[in-house]
Amino acid sequence: MVEEIGTTEEGDLIINVGPQHPATHGVLHLVITLNGETIKKVEPHLGYIHRSIEKMCESLTYRQFIYVTSRMDYLSAHINNHACALCVEKGLQVEIPPRAQVIRVLMDELTRIASHELWWGAMAMDLGAFTPFFHAFRERETINDIMEETCGARLTMNYMVPGGVMADLHPNFQKKVKEFITLYKLKIKEYDELVTGNIIFQNRMKGVGYLSAEDAISYGCTGPTARGSGVSCDIRKLYPYEVYDKLEFDEVLETEGDSFARYMVRLGEMNQSIKIIEQLIDNIPEGDFQAKTKVVLKLPKGEFYSRVETARGELGVYIVSEGGSTPYRIKFRSPGFSNLSALDHMARGHLLGDLVAMMGTLDLVIPDIDR
Amino acid sequence: MENEELKTTITALLPSATFEEDGEWLNINIESKDWLPFAQQLRKGDSLFFDYLFCLTCIDWKTHLTMVYHLSSTKYRHNIVVKSKLDSSNPEIETVSNIWRTADFHEREVYEMFGVNFLNHPDLRLLILPDGWEGKKPMLKDFEDPINMIKL
Repeated sequence: MVEEIGTTEEGDLIINVGPQHPATHGVLHLVITLNGETIKKVEPHLGYIHRSIEKMCESLTYRQFIYVTSRMDYLSAHINNHACALCVEKGLQVEIPPRAQVIRVLMDELTRIASHELWWGAMAMDLGAFTPFFHAFRERETINDIMEETCGARLTMNYMVPGGVMADLHPNFQKKVKEFITLYKLKIKEYDELVTGNIIFQNRMKGVGYLSAEDAISYGCTGPTARGSGVSCDIRKLYPYEVYDKLEFDEVLETEGDSFARYMVRLGEMNQSIKIIEQLIDNIPEGDFQAKTKVVLKLPKGEFYSRVETARGELGVYIVSEGGSTPYRIKFRSPGFSNLSALDHMARGHLLGDLVAMMGTLDLVIPDIDR
Repeated sequence: MENEELKTTITALLPSATFEEDGEWLNINIESKDWLPFAQQLRKGDSLFFDYLFCLTCIDWKTHLTMVYHLSSTKYRHNIVVKSKLDSSNPEIETVSNIWRTADFHEREVYEMFGVNFLNHPDLRLLILPDGWEGKKPMLKDFEDPINMIKL
Protein backbone atom coordinates (compact mmCIF):
# COMPACT_ATOMS: atom_id res chain seq x y z
CA MET A 1 0.00 0.00 0.00
CA VAL A 2 1.37 3.42 0.83
CA GLU A 3 4.66 3.11 2.57
CA GLU A 4 7.29 5.63 3.47
CA ILE A 5 10.63 5.07 1.80
CA GLY A 6 12.62 8.00 3.09
CA THR A 7 13.21 11.71 3.06
CA THR A 8 15.26 13.94 0.79
CA GLU A 9 17.92 16.34 1.95
CA GLU A 10 15.42 19.21 2.02
CA GLY A 11 13.26 17.19 4.36
CA ASP A 12 10.70 16.18 1.77
CA LEU A 13 8.97 12.89 2.23
CA ILE A 14 9.16 10.26 -0.48
CA ILE A 15 6.35 7.73 -0.57
CA ASN A 16 5.28 4.87 -2.78
CA VAL A 17 1.76 4.61 -4.09
CA GLY A 18 1.30 1.22 -5.63
CA PRO A 19 1.98 -1.12 -7.31
CA GLN A 20 -0.77 -2.63 -5.15
CA HIS A 21 -3.02 0.30 -4.43
CA PRO A 22 -6.78 0.42 -4.93
CA ALA A 23 -6.75 3.87 -6.51
CA THR A 24 -4.31 3.00 -9.27
CA HIS A 25 -6.69 0.42 -10.79
CA GLY A 26 -3.94 -1.99 -11.60
CA VAL A 27 -0.27 -2.29 -10.99
CA LEU A 28 0.85 1.29 -11.40
CA HIS A 29 3.69 2.38 -9.16
CA LEU A 30 4.09 6.06 -8.37
CA VAL A 31 6.96 7.45 -6.34
CA ILE A 32 5.78 10.75 -4.91
CA THR A 33 7.87 13.48 -3.34
CA LEU A 34 5.82 15.34 -0.74
CA ASN A 35 6.34 18.52 1.15
CA GLY A 36 3.88 18.16 3.99
CA GLU A 37 0.82 17.16 2.02
CA THR A 38 1.76 19.05 -1.14
CA ILE A 39 2.99 17.07 -4.10
CA LYS A 40 6.37 18.21 -5.44
CA LYS A 41 6.95 15.45 -7.95
CA VAL A 42 5.25 12.30 -9.26
CA GLU A 43 7.40 9.66 -10.91
CA PRO A 44 5.62 6.72 -12.50
CA HIS A 45 7.48 3.41 -12.50
CA LEU A 46 5.99 1.15 -15.11
CA GLY A 47 6.41 -2.39 -16.31
CA TYR A 48 4.66 -4.49 -13.66
CA ILE A 49 2.33 -5.89 -16.29
CA HIS A 50 4.56 -5.45 -19.34
CA ARG A 51 4.12 -8.44 -21.64
CA SER A 52 6.10 -7.05 -24.53
CA ILE A 53 3.16 -7.34 -26.89
CA GLU A 54 5.11 -5.55 -29.62
CA LYS A 55 7.84 -8.20 -29.52
CA MET A 56 5.30 -11.04 -29.41
CA CYS A 57 3.53 -9.65 -32.46
CA GLU A 58 6.73 -9.87 -34.48
CA SER A 59 6.40 -13.65 -34.46
CA LEU A 60 2.63 -13.81 -34.97
CA THR A 61 0.88 -13.71 -38.32
CA TYR A 62 -1.47 -10.93 -39.34
CA ARG A 63 -4.42 -13.11 -38.37
CA GLN A 64 -2.98 -14.10 -35.01
CA PHE A 65 -1.64 -10.84 -33.64
CA ILE A 66 -5.06 -9.26 -33.26
CA TYR A 67 -5.93 -11.62 -30.41
CA VAL A 68 -3.05 -10.33 -28.32
CA THR A 69 -4.17 -6.74 -28.71
CA SER A 70 -7.46 -7.32 -26.86
CA ARG A 71 -5.27 -7.62 -23.81
CA MET A 72 -3.84 -4.13 -24.13
CA ASP A 73 -6.69 -1.84 -23.26
CA TYR A 74 -9.05 -4.54 -22.09
CA LEU A 75 -11.90 -2.08 -21.65
CA SER A 76 -11.71 -1.09 -25.31
CA ALA A 77 -10.96 -4.55 -26.68
CA HIS A 78 -13.15 -4.06 -29.76
CA ILE A 79 -11.49 -0.79 -30.62
CA ASN A 80 -7.99 -2.23 -30.26
CA ASN A 81 -8.93 -5.05 -32.61
CA HIS A 82 -10.46 -2.51 -34.92
CA ALA A 83 -7.24 -0.48 -35.13
CA CYS A 84 -5.22 -3.57 -36.01
CA ALA A 85 -7.74 -4.80 -38.55
CA LEU A 86 -7.78 -1.36 -40.18
CA CYS A 87 -4.01 -1.30 -40.41
CA VAL A 88 -3.84 -4.75 -42.03
CA GLU A 89 -6.65 -3.80 -44.41
CA LYS A 90 -4.73 -0.69 -45.38
CA GLY A 91 -1.80 -2.87 -46.32
CA LEU A 92 -3.92 -5.41 -48.18
CA GLN A 93 -6.05 -2.68 -49.76
CA VAL A 94 -9.23 -4.56 -48.95
CA GLU A 95 -12.59 -2.83 -48.93
CA ILE A 96 -14.78 -4.25 -46.22
CA PRO A 97 -18.51 -4.79 -46.81
CA PRO A 98 -20.92 -2.07 -45.60
CA ARG A 99 -22.53 -4.45 -43.14
CA ALA A 100 -19.21 -5.11 -41.44
CA GLN A 101 -18.48 -1.40 -41.28
CA VAL A 102 -21.72 -0.67 -39.49
CA ILE A 103 -21.30 -3.63 -37.13
CA ARG A 104 -17.83 -2.40 -36.25
CA VAL A 105 -19.02 1.11 -35.46
CA LEU A 106 -21.90 -0.24 -33.36
CA MET A 107 -19.53 -2.42 -31.39
CA ASP A 108 -17.04 0.40 -30.93
CA GLU A 109 -19.67 2.72 -29.54
CA LEU A 110 -21.12 0.08 -27.22
CA THR A 111 -17.59 -0.52 -25.98
CA ARG A 112 -17.08 3.18 -25.43
CA ILE A 113 -20.21 3.36 -23.30
CA ALA A 114 -19.22 0.26 -21.32
CA SER A 115 -15.76 1.66 -20.74
CA HIS A 116 -17.01 5.05 -19.64
CA GLU A 117 -19.56 3.38 -17.35
CA LEU A 118 -16.81 1.48 -15.60
CA TRP A 119 -14.69 4.60 -15.38
CA TRP A 120 -17.57 6.56 -13.91
CA GLY A 121 -18.28 3.98 -11.22
CA ALA A 122 -14.66 3.41 -10.35
CA MET A 123 -13.81 7.09 -10.22
CA ALA A 124 -16.71 7.89 -7.92
CA MET A 125 -15.58 5.01 -5.72
CA ASP A 126 -12.06 6.46 -5.58
CA LEU A 127 -13.55 9.68 -4.28
CA GLY A 128 -15.44 7.84 -1.58
CA ALA A 129 -18.84 7.23 -3.14
CA PHE A 130 -19.45 3.52 -3.26
CA THR A 131 -23.02 3.38 -4.60
CA PRO A 132 -22.33 4.72 -8.13
CA PHE A 133 -20.18 1.68 -8.80
CA PHE A 134 -23.22 -0.58 -8.61
CA HIS A 135 -25.30 1.75 -10.74
CA ALA A 136 -22.62 1.80 -13.42
CA PHE A 137 -22.17 -1.94 -13.40
CA ARG A 138 -25.91 -2.52 -13.72
CA GLU A 139 -25.89 -0.85 -17.15
CA ARG A 140 -22.49 -2.13 -18.17
CA GLU A 141 -23.63 -5.68 -17.51
CA THR A 142 -26.34 -5.28 -20.16
CA ILE A 143 -23.70 -4.34 -22.73
CA ASN A 144 -21.54 -7.28 -21.71
CA ASP A 145 -24.51 -9.58 -22.23
CA ILE A 146 -25.07 -8.16 -25.72
CA MET A 147 -21.39 -8.68 -26.53
CA GLU A 148 -21.43 -12.19 -25.15
CA GLU A 149 -24.27 -13.24 -27.43
CA THR A 150 -22.60 -12.01 -30.58
CA CYS A 151 -18.89 -12.33 -29.84
CA GLY A 152 -18.86 -15.17 -27.35
CA ALA A 153 -16.80 -13.18 -24.89
CA ARG A 154 -17.40 -10.49 -22.34
CA LEU A 155 -14.05 -8.75 -22.14
CA THR A 156 -11.50 -9.88 -24.71
CA MET A 157 -13.76 -10.00 -27.74
CA ASN A 158 -11.40 -10.72 -30.66
CA TYR A 159 -14.36 -10.07 -32.87
CA MET A 160 -12.91 -7.83 -35.55
CA VAL A 161 -10.67 -9.55 -38.03
CA PRO A 162 -8.95 -8.32 -41.21
CA GLY A 163 -11.71 -8.11 -43.81
CA GLY A 164 -14.66 -7.59 -41.51
CA VAL A 165 -15.98 -9.22 -38.38
CA MET A 166 -15.63 -12.78 -37.15
CA ALA A 167 -19.32 -13.77 -37.24
CA ASP A 168 -22.65 -12.29 -38.04
CA LEU A 169 -24.74 -10.54 -35.42
CA HIS A 170 -26.86 -12.61 -33.10
CA PRO A 171 -30.57 -12.46 -34.06
CA ASN A 172 -31.34 -10.83 -30.71
CA PHE A 173 -28.79 -8.08 -31.19
CA GLN A 174 -31.05 -5.30 -32.43
CA LYS A 175 -33.74 -6.02 -29.87
CA LYS A 176 -31.26 -6.15 -27.00
CA VAL A 177 -29.50 -2.95 -28.05
CA LYS A 178 -32.81 -1.10 -28.26
CA GLU A 179 -33.69 -2.35 -24.80
CA PHE A 180 -30.34 -1.09 -23.61
CA ILE A 181 -30.94 2.37 -25.11
CA THR A 182 -34.26 2.61 -23.28
CA LEU A 183 -32.63 1.50 -20.04
CA TYR A 184 -29.73 3.91 -20.50
CA LYS A 185 -31.97 6.90 -21.09
CA LEU A 186 -33.94 6.05 -18.01
CA LYS A 187 -30.90 5.63 -15.80
CA ILE A 188 -28.52 8.32 -17.03
CA LYS A 189 -30.44 10.92 -15.04
CA GLU A 190 -29.49 9.07 -11.89
CA TYR A 191 -25.84 9.61 -12.74
CA ASP A 192 -26.22 13.35 -12.53
CA GLU A 193 -28.34 13.12 -9.41
CA LEU A 194 -25.93 10.79 -7.67
CA VAL A 195 -22.59 12.32 -8.56
CA THR A 196 -22.43 15.27 -10.94
CA GLY A 197 -24.49 17.69 -8.90
CA ASN A 198 -23.02 16.63 -5.57
CA ILE A 199 -21.32 19.61 -3.99
CA ILE A 200 -18.61 17.56 -2.26
CA PHE A 201 -17.79 15.89 -5.55
CA GLN A 202 -17.64 19.21 -7.39
CA ASN A 203 -15.37 20.74 -4.78
CA ARG A 204 -12.97 17.85 -5.14
CA MET A 205 -12.94 18.04 -8.92
CA LYS A 206 -13.12 21.70 -9.91
CA GLY A 207 -9.77 23.37 -10.31
CA VAL A 208 -7.94 20.13 -9.60
CA GLY A 209 -5.35 18.87 -12.07
CA TYR A 210 -5.39 21.77 -14.47
CA LEU A 211 -3.96 21.06 -17.92
CA SER A 212 -3.77 23.83 -20.49
CA ALA A 213 -4.54 23.16 -24.13
CA GLU A 214 -0.94 23.78 -25.13
CA ASP A 215 0.40 21.38 -22.50
CA ALA A 216 -2.14 18.76 -23.47
CA ILE A 217 -0.85 18.80 -27.05
CA SER A 218 2.78 18.92 -25.98
CA TYR A 219 2.32 15.91 -23.69
CA GLY A 220 0.56 14.05 -26.48
CA CYS A 221 -2.67 13.78 -24.50
CA THR A 222 -5.64 12.61 -26.50
CA GLY A 223 -9.20 11.55 -25.95
CA PRO A 224 -11.32 13.02 -23.16
CA THR A 225 -8.15 14.13 -21.34
CA ALA A 226 -7.26 16.58 -24.12
CA ARG A 227 -10.84 17.43 -24.98
CA GLY A 228 -11.36 18.55 -21.38
CA SER A 229 -8.75 21.21 -22.16
CA GLY A 230 -10.50 22.26 -25.34
CA VAL A 231 -8.21 20.45 -27.80
CA SER A 232 -10.14 19.10 -30.73
CA CYS A 233 -8.59 15.67 -31.25
CA ASP A 234 -11.37 13.20 -31.98
CA ILE A 235 -10.00 10.85 -34.65
CA ARG A 236 -13.56 9.93 -35.59
CA LYS A 237 -14.03 13.53 -36.72
CA LEU A 238 -10.55 14.44 -37.93
CA TYR A 239 -9.60 11.29 -39.82
CA PRO A 240 -12.91 9.42 -40.18
CA TYR A 241 -12.83 5.69 -40.68
CA GLU A 242 -15.64 3.24 -41.50
CA VAL A 243 -18.95 5.14 -41.54
CA TYR A 244 -18.15 7.87 -39.02
CA ASP A 245 -18.13 10.57 -41.69
CA LYS A 246 -21.78 9.82 -42.51
CA LEU A 247 -22.97 10.00 -38.92
CA GLU A 248 -24.23 12.93 -36.95
CA PHE A 249 -22.54 13.38 -33.62
CA ASP A 250 -20.69 16.11 -31.79
CA GLU A 251 -17.19 16.19 -30.49
CA VAL A 252 -17.65 16.98 -26.81
CA LEU A 253 -15.33 19.80 -25.77
CA GLU A 254 -14.87 21.54 -22.44
CA THR A 255 -12.46 24.40 -21.95
CA GLU A 256 -11.77 24.48 -18.21
CA GLY A 257 -9.01 21.86 -18.38
CA ASP A 258 -9.59 20.59 -14.85
CA SER A 259 -10.75 17.20 -13.57
CA PHE A 260 -14.38 18.25 -13.67
CA ALA A 261 -14.09 19.21 -17.35
CA ARG A 262 -12.68 15.78 -18.18
CA TYR A 263 -15.52 14.23 -16.21
CA MET A 264 -18.12 16.19 -18.15
CA VAL A 265 -16.52 15.26 -21.48
CA ARG A 266 -16.85 11.57 -20.73
CA LEU A 267 -20.47 11.88 -19.65
CA GLY A 268 -21.18 13.84 -22.83
CA GLU A 269 -19.45 11.21 -24.93
CA MET A 270 -21.71 8.49 -23.62
CA ASN A 271 -24.72 10.46 -24.87
CA GLN A 272 -23.05 10.96 -28.25
CA SER A 273 -22.37 7.23 -28.49
CA ILE A 274 -26.03 6.52 -27.83
CA LYS A 275 -26.85 9.00 -30.61
CA ILE A 276 -24.60 7.10 -33.01
CA ILE A 277 -26.07 3.74 -32.05
CA GLU A 278 -29.60 5.07 -32.54
CA GLN A 279 -28.72 6.19 -36.06
CA LEU A 280 -27.31 2.82 -37.00
CA ILE A 281 -29.30 0.20 -35.17
CA ASP A 282 -32.22 0.22 -37.62
CA ASN A 283 -30.00 0.74 -40.64
CA ILE A 284 -27.66 -2.23 -40.61
CA PRO A 285 -27.20 -3.05 -44.30
CA GLU A 286 -27.76 -6.60 -45.48
CA GLY A 287 -24.93 -8.52 -47.03
CA ASP A 288 -21.66 -10.16 -46.11
CA PHE A 289 -20.04 -9.53 -42.78
CA GLN A 290 -16.59 -10.33 -44.09
CA ALA A 291 -14.71 -9.56 -47.29
CA LYS A 292 -13.02 -12.44 -49.07
CA THR A 293 -9.39 -12.55 -48.02
CA LYS A 294 -6.66 -15.11 -48.48
CA VAL A 295 -6.02 -17.68 -45.79
CA VAL A 296 -2.46 -16.49 -45.31
CA LEU A 297 -2.26 -12.74 -45.28
CA LYS A 298 0.87 -11.14 -46.63
CA LEU A 299 1.34 -7.41 -46.48
CA PRO A 300 3.43 -5.76 -49.17
CA LYS A 301 6.76 -4.25 -48.19
CA GLY A 302 6.16 -0.88 -46.62
CA GLU A 303 4.81 0.93 -43.62
CA PHE A 304 1.21 1.25 -42.54
CA TYR A 305 -0.30 3.36 -39.83
CA SER A 306 -3.86 3.40 -38.60
CA ARG A 307 -5.42 5.66 -36.01
CA VAL A 308 -8.64 5.11 -34.13
CA GLU A 309 -10.36 6.75 -31.20
CA THR A 310 -10.58 4.41 -28.22
CA ALA A 311 -12.40 5.28 -25.02
CA ARG A 312 -9.14 6.74 -23.72
CA GLY A 313 -7.84 8.56 -26.77
CA GLU A 314 -5.89 8.00 -29.93
CA LEU A 315 -4.59 4.52 -30.53
CA GLY A 316 -2.06 4.22 -33.32
CA VAL A 317 -0.92 0.98 -34.90
CA TYR A 318 2.29 1.23 -36.88
CA ILE A 319 3.22 -1.83 -38.92
CA VAL A 320 6.53 -2.14 -40.73
CA SER A 321 6.29 -4.97 -43.22
CA GLU A 322 9.08 -6.70 -45.09
CA GLY A 323 6.59 -8.54 -47.28
CA GLY A 324 6.17 -11.65 -45.12
CA SER A 325 3.23 -13.06 -43.24
CA THR A 326 4.41 -11.57 -39.95
CA PRO A 327 5.15 -7.92 -39.19
CA TYR A 328 8.81 -6.94 -39.07
CA ARG A 329 8.12 -4.34 -36.40
CA ILE A 330 4.91 -3.24 -34.83
CA LYS A 331 4.36 -0.28 -32.56
CA PHE A 332 1.26 0.48 -30.57
CA ARG A 333 0.98 4.12 -29.72
CA SER A 334 -1.26 3.74 -26.72
CA PRO A 335 -3.28 6.68 -25.43
CA GLY A 336 -2.71 5.88 -21.76
CA PHE A 337 1.07 6.06 -21.99
CA SER A 338 1.03 9.65 -23.21
CA ASN A 339 -1.83 10.67 -20.92
CA LEU A 340 0.08 9.34 -17.92
CA SER A 341 3.14 11.40 -18.80
CA ALA A 342 1.13 14.55 -18.08
CA LEU A 343 0.30 13.42 -14.54
CA ASP A 344 3.48 14.83 -13.00
CA HIS A 345 2.83 18.22 -14.57
CA MET A 346 -0.81 18.21 -13.44
CA ALA A 347 -0.19 17.04 -9.90
CA ARG A 348 2.58 19.42 -8.82
CA GLY A 349 1.41 21.80 -6.14
CA HIS A 350 -1.76 19.86 -5.39
CA LEU A 351 -2.55 17.87 -2.25
CA LEU A 352 -1.94 14.16 -2.09
CA GLY A 353 -5.65 13.49 -1.71
CA ASP A 354 -6.33 15.22 -5.02
CA LEU A 355 -4.03 12.84 -6.87
CA VAL A 356 -6.78 10.23 -6.78
CA ALA A 357 -9.17 12.60 -8.53
CA MET A 358 -6.56 13.34 -11.20
CA MET A 359 -5.73 9.70 -11.82
CA GLY A 360 -9.43 8.95 -11.93
CA THR A 361 -10.11 11.48 -14.65
CA LEU A 362 -7.11 10.37 -16.71
CA ASP A 363 -8.89 7.00 -16.91
CA LEU A 364 -5.71 4.95 -16.76
CA VAL A 365 -5.77 1.33 -17.82
CA ILE A 366 -2.41 -0.10 -16.86
CA PRO A 367 -2.12 -2.93 -19.43
CA ASP A 368 -2.66 -0.26 -22.07
CA ILE A 369 0.22 1.80 -20.68
CA ASP A 370 2.62 -1.11 -20.24
CA ARG A 371 1.60 -3.15 -23.29
CA MET B 1 -0.17 22.08 -46.59
CA GLU B 2 0.01 19.52 -49.33
CA ASN B 3 3.05 17.29 -49.76
CA GLU B 4 4.56 19.37 -52.58
CA GLU B 5 4.38 22.54 -50.52
CA LEU B 6 5.80 20.76 -47.49
CA LYS B 7 8.66 19.48 -49.60
CA THR B 8 9.58 22.95 -50.82
CA THR B 9 9.41 24.44 -47.33
CA ILE B 10 11.43 21.63 -45.82
CA THR B 11 14.08 21.64 -48.55
CA ALA B 12 14.57 25.34 -47.87
CA LEU B 13 15.12 24.55 -44.19
CA LEU B 14 17.32 21.51 -44.66
CA PRO B 15 18.73 20.98 -48.14
CA SER B 16 20.21 17.58 -47.26
CA ALA B 17 16.78 16.06 -46.48
CA THR B 18 15.51 13.38 -48.84
CA PHE B 19 11.88 12.43 -49.38
CA GLU B 20 9.83 9.29 -49.87
CA GLU B 21 6.21 9.46 -50.85
CA ASP B 22 5.08 5.86 -51.18
CA GLY B 23 3.47 5.77 -47.73
CA GLU B 24 0.39 7.47 -46.39
CA TRP B 25 2.33 10.56 -45.38
CA LEU B 26 5.42 12.37 -46.59
CA ASN B 27 8.55 10.67 -45.25
CA ILE B 28 11.62 12.78 -44.63
CA ASN B 29 15.02 11.17 -44.17
CA ILE B 30 17.54 13.24 -42.31
CA GLU B 31 20.99 12.87 -40.77
CA SER B 32 20.84 12.40 -37.01
CA LYS B 33 23.15 15.38 -36.42
CA ASP B 34 20.63 17.71 -38.10
CA TRP B 35 17.72 16.53 -36.00
CA LEU B 36 17.59 19.00 -33.11
CA PRO B 37 17.75 22.29 -35.10
CA PHE B 38 15.42 20.78 -37.71
CA ALA B 39 12.93 19.69 -35.03
CA GLN B 40 12.94 23.19 -33.57
CA GLN B 41 12.15 24.65 -36.97
CA LEU B 42 9.35 22.14 -37.54
CA ARG B 43 7.79 23.12 -34.24
CA LYS B 44 8.30 26.87 -34.47
CA GLY B 45 7.88 27.54 -38.21
CA ASP B 46 4.68 29.50 -38.76
CA SER B 47 3.62 27.63 -41.86
CA LEU B 48 4.69 24.23 -40.51
CA PHE B 49 3.68 24.35 -36.83
CA PHE B 50 4.12 20.64 -36.04
CA ASP B 51 3.05 20.83 -32.42
CA TYR B 52 1.88 17.26 -31.89
CA LEU B 53 4.31 14.33 -31.85
CA PHE B 54 1.90 11.43 -32.00
CA CYS B 55 4.31 8.54 -32.32
CA LEU B 56 7.98 8.11 -31.58
CA THR B 57 9.61 4.77 -32.11
CA CYS B 58 12.65 2.91 -33.35
CA ILE B 59 13.15 0.05 -35.79
CA ASP B 60 16.04 -2.39 -35.63
CA TRP B 61 17.17 -3.14 -39.20
CA LYS B 62 20.05 -5.37 -37.96
CA THR B 63 22.61 -3.27 -39.89
CA HIS B 64 21.40 -0.03 -38.34
CA LEU B 65 18.61 1.45 -36.26
CA THR B 66 16.07 3.93 -37.56
CA MET B 67 14.33 6.48 -35.39
CA VAL B 68 10.81 7.28 -36.60
CA TYR B 69 8.94 10.42 -35.55
CA HIS B 70 5.31 10.92 -36.59
CA LEU B 71 4.40 14.57 -36.43
CA SER B 72 1.14 16.37 -36.87
CA SER B 73 -0.05 19.93 -36.73
CA THR B 74 -3.19 20.63 -34.74
CA LYS B 75 -3.51 23.96 -36.57
CA TYR B 76 -3.10 22.90 -40.20
CA ARG B 77 -3.81 19.16 -39.82
CA HIS B 78 -0.88 18.07 -41.96
CA ASN B 79 1.27 15.09 -41.02
CA ILE B 80 4.84 14.08 -41.74
CA VAL B 81 7.13 11.24 -40.78
CA VAL B 82 10.76 12.04 -40.00
CA LYS B 83 13.29 9.24 -40.08
CA SER B 84 16.88 9.18 -39.08
CA LYS B 85 19.37 6.34 -39.39
CA LEU B 86 21.49 5.56 -36.36
CA ASP B 87 24.67 3.56 -36.13
CA SER B 88 23.84 0.32 -34.30
CA SER B 89 27.20 0.13 -32.51
CA ASN B 90 26.75 3.51 -30.89
CA PRO B 91 23.19 4.75 -31.44
CA GLU B 92 22.73 8.31 -30.26
CA ILE B 93 20.55 11.25 -31.20
CA GLU B 94 19.58 14.53 -29.60
CA THR B 95 16.51 14.48 -27.40
CA VAL B 96 13.43 16.45 -28.42
CA SER B 97 11.74 16.21 -25.02
CA ASN B 98 12.11 19.96 -24.50
CA ILE B 99 10.23 20.60 -27.77
CA TRP B 100 7.49 17.98 -27.45
CA ARG B 101 7.21 16.88 -23.83
CA THR B 102 5.57 13.60 -24.77
CA ALA B 103 8.99 12.60 -26.14
CA ASP B 104 10.25 12.29 -22.56
CA PHE B 105 8.47 9.00 -21.88
CA HIS B 106 8.69 7.70 -25.43
CA GLU B 107 12.43 8.30 -25.57
CA ARG B 108 12.91 6.54 -22.26
CA GLU B 109 11.05 3.57 -23.68
CA VAL B 110 13.22 3.53 -26.81
CA TYR B 111 16.33 3.95 -24.64
CA GLU B 112 15.65 0.85 -22.61
CA MET B 113 14.19 -1.27 -25.40
CA PHE B 114 16.68 -0.39 -28.17
CA GLY B 115 19.61 1.15 -26.31
CA VAL B 116 19.44 4.46 -28.13
CA ASN B 117 21.23 7.16 -26.16
CA PHE B 118 19.28 10.42 -26.20
CA LEU B 119 21.76 13.23 -25.73
CA ASN B 120 20.79 15.91 -23.20
CA HIS B 121 17.67 14.03 -22.11
CA PRO B 122 16.73 15.40 -18.66
CA ASP B 123 16.02 12.06 -17.03
CA LEU B 124 17.21 9.09 -19.09
CA ARG B 125 16.43 6.16 -16.78
CA LEU B 126 14.70 2.83 -17.12
CA LEU B 127 10.93 3.28 -17.26
CA ILE B 128 9.46 -0.14 -17.95
CA LEU B 129 12.31 -2.58 -17.33
CA PRO B 130 13.13 -3.43 -13.72
CA ASP B 131 15.93 -1.49 -12.02
CA GLY B 132 19.34 -3.00 -12.59
CA TRP B 133 18.47 -4.55 -15.95
CA GLU B 134 21.62 -5.62 -17.73
CA GLY B 135 22.40 -7.24 -21.02
CA LYS B 136 20.88 -6.97 -24.46
CA LYS B 137 18.07 -4.56 -25.12
CA PRO B 138 14.80 -6.53 -25.36
CA MET B 139 13.39 -5.13 -28.58
CA LEU B 140 16.55 -5.68 -30.62
CA LYS B 141 16.26 -8.45 -33.19
CA ASP B 142 19.11 -10.52 -31.77
CA PHE B 143 17.75 -10.50 -28.22
CA GLU B 144 17.30 -13.91 -26.66
CA ASP B 145 15.58 -14.26 -23.34
CA PRO B 146 17.59 -16.73 -21.24
CA ILE B 147 14.60 -17.82 -19.17
CA ASN B 148 11.94 -17.83 -21.87
CA MET B 149 10.80 -21.41 -22.20
CA ILE B 150 8.52 -20.85 -25.15
CA LYS B 151 10.68 -20.08 -28.12
CA LEU B 152 9.07 -17.46 -30.30
